Amino acid sequence: MTAAPVETGPRGSSERGKLARARLLRSLLPALSLVLVLLAIAWLNPRAISYFGFSLMLNLAIPIALATIAQMFVIAGNELDLSIGTFVGFVGCVTATWLKDAPLVGVVILLASIGVYALLGALIHLRNLPSIVVTLGMSFVWQGLAILTLPKPGGKAPDWLLSLMAFKPPLVPFPIIAALLIAAVVYFGLMRTSYGVILRGSGGNAAALERAGWSLLKTKIVLFALAGLFGVLSGMALIGITTSADANIGNGYTLLSIAGVILGGGEFVGGRVSPIGAVIGALTLALAASPLLTFMHIPPDWQVAANGAILIIVLAARVLISRRER
Amino acid sequence: MKKLLVLSALAAMLASGTALADTSDKKIAFSNNYAGNSWRQAMLDSYAIVTKKAVADGVVAAADIFTTADKEVPTQAAQVQNLILQGYDAIVINAASPDALNGAIKQACDAGIVVVSFDGIVTEPCAYRVVVDFKDMGKQEVEQMAKFQPKGGNLLEIRGLAGTSIDDAIHAGILEGVAAHPEFKIVGSVTGDWDQTTAQKAVATILPSLPEIVGVVDQGGDGYGAAQAFAAAGKPRPTIIMGNRQDELQWWKEQKEKDGYQTWSASIAPGVSSLAFWVAQQVLDGRTDIPHDLLVPYLAFTQDDFEAALPKIPKGGVASHEYTQEDAIAAIKANIK
Repeated sequence: MTAAPVETGPRGSSERGKLARARLLRSLLPALSLVLVLLAIAWLNPRAISYFGFSLMLNLAIPIALATIAQMFVIAGNELDLSIGTFVGFVGCVTATWLKDAPLVGVVILLASIGVYALLGALIHLRNLPSIVVTLGMSFVWQGLAILTLPKPGGKAPDWLLSLMAFKPPLVPFPIIAALLIAAVVYFGLMRTSYGVILRGSGGNAAALERAGWSLLKTKIVLFALAGLFGVLSGMALIGITTSADANIGNGYTLLSIAGVILGGGEFVGGRVSPIGAVIGALTLALAASPLLTFMHIPPDWQVAANGAILIIVLAARVLISRRER
Repeated sequence: MKKLLVLSALAAMLASGTALADTSDKKIAFSNNYAGNSWRQAMLDSYAIVTKKAVADGVVAAADIFTTADKEVPTQAAQVQNLILQGYDAIVINAASPDALNGAIKQACDAGIVVVSFDGIVTEPCAYRVVVDFKDMGKQEVEQMAKFQPKGGNLLEIRGLAGTSIDDAIHAGILEGVAAHPEFKIVGSVTGDWDQTTAQKAVATILPSLPEIVGVVDQGGDGYGAAQAFAAAGKPRPTIIMGNRQDELQWWKEQKEKDGYQTWSASIAPGVSSLAFWVAQQVLDGRTDIPHDLLVPYLAFTQDDFEAALPKIPKGGVASHEYTQEDAIAAIKANIK
């Protein structure tokens, strides 16, 4: 799709202008939907628009943003990770048990789990397996390991993690600073470094990359290892907020993270992803799904359906605009 | 010194007197993590009936119900945080996890919000817990069994959902009961998940390998399935403890009419949600003597009174009981001792 203009030859300037406008709209859309959701919240509950309000509403969006970034790395390589949710749950259980009681063992387990992610990338590339099948299988493995680590809900986050997540900087709430930091670091790494270009290129045009002498095996391993790394960060951030773990704590993150990437302007194929968009998408989803819904006073019977409807509306707006671009 | 004490006591009385005056400007929210089965539906219905009346009578200003879209812990944690932001004075909660919500619960307490948990309780010390005495219920099952089967014999136990505190407590109670009645012996144990079909399958599978069974001790929701499994296997009908479900009581009624079949039925009433509401109201009322762990009775039916309750239970539903403010005050009093 991105190559289309080249094939059809030069276009009229008006058409080119239209395309540029659509591109701009596309990159602005995640931010636009975030502003819309914030306006709706401000209108429904002005009290929420405050230092305290943002700290509360957004702190659970940090682990979602990190999980979305993890998913984004996988999607950048034209794959899909259906195990990120249970992986976050597993990391949570390790964080609330090993990392507190025996920090060294905890760190080793978490590093090993990132290694498993890297191996998965290698397996998917070498055997040419569909990532959906492999990661769906892994989701049950992570879930099982989580239950083994923590058969009953409980455990406790390490103190340093608790105090980190409860950090109250002056003026700007911590979740906003964290979100900016995550977006900036990943944006620089993936969009502004030369190896970042190679990583995205492995999803955009794998054949060309290979001919140019780059190892696709290596790119896939790096992408999956990065997904594992951000999955670990997500699980740790989540436990820092909830203070204790539950084997099922991350299950909802799989679909949230995929929706966050797409809402943030990413595509399932072609290596087209946007780190800043993904973080904004995750924040929007976190705000639209819970605070907006709670503040709207929808009758309980309809709340579940309304939650789904909001997600569909937000994602539909995104699809409409990218359609125009074509 | 004495004078000062008297004075401060007087001041305290005055202060609590004004606090006791009313809760009519207080708002109570209900955070619920799941609505997908008959028990939860009955729980929401009971809560709605009681709170609608309380709002209409001006006891509280608002009592809104919030159900999360999934059973996930982070969703409910976010929901609790949003309820804090909306300025509710109290949150009644049926929690997705006993521990993993503690962060959000603590934030609510720190914001001066009263948190009352029930059924799915939270362990954060600042919250109140309305707990049904499941252990006593398990023990009582064996006590009742001893009345119907004075000679004793072999028992089959049906367990609930593995890994839950409720299953643990009922099981511990049953073991305690059997220890007190050595004439009984548990010869088999299956997992029924509080569900008729699961229980029926599990019992049908284990039955051929068991000696003669005189009684079935279970956790509710599994009695009818057990009865079906015994009938299908052509085995003599044992004394099956029931769990207040409509189909269980209906079956009991049919058997009683046929040959005077005797048993006992007990379960947690879904209406315990309304009790939690009244506890929250009492705390908002300024009462400071309420213990944070409240043990409340379960709902039991005997041979004489179950038929009167049966017509009131919807098909596929479970017997409930809407608690009143007086019930709550009585329950609190029973726990202060």
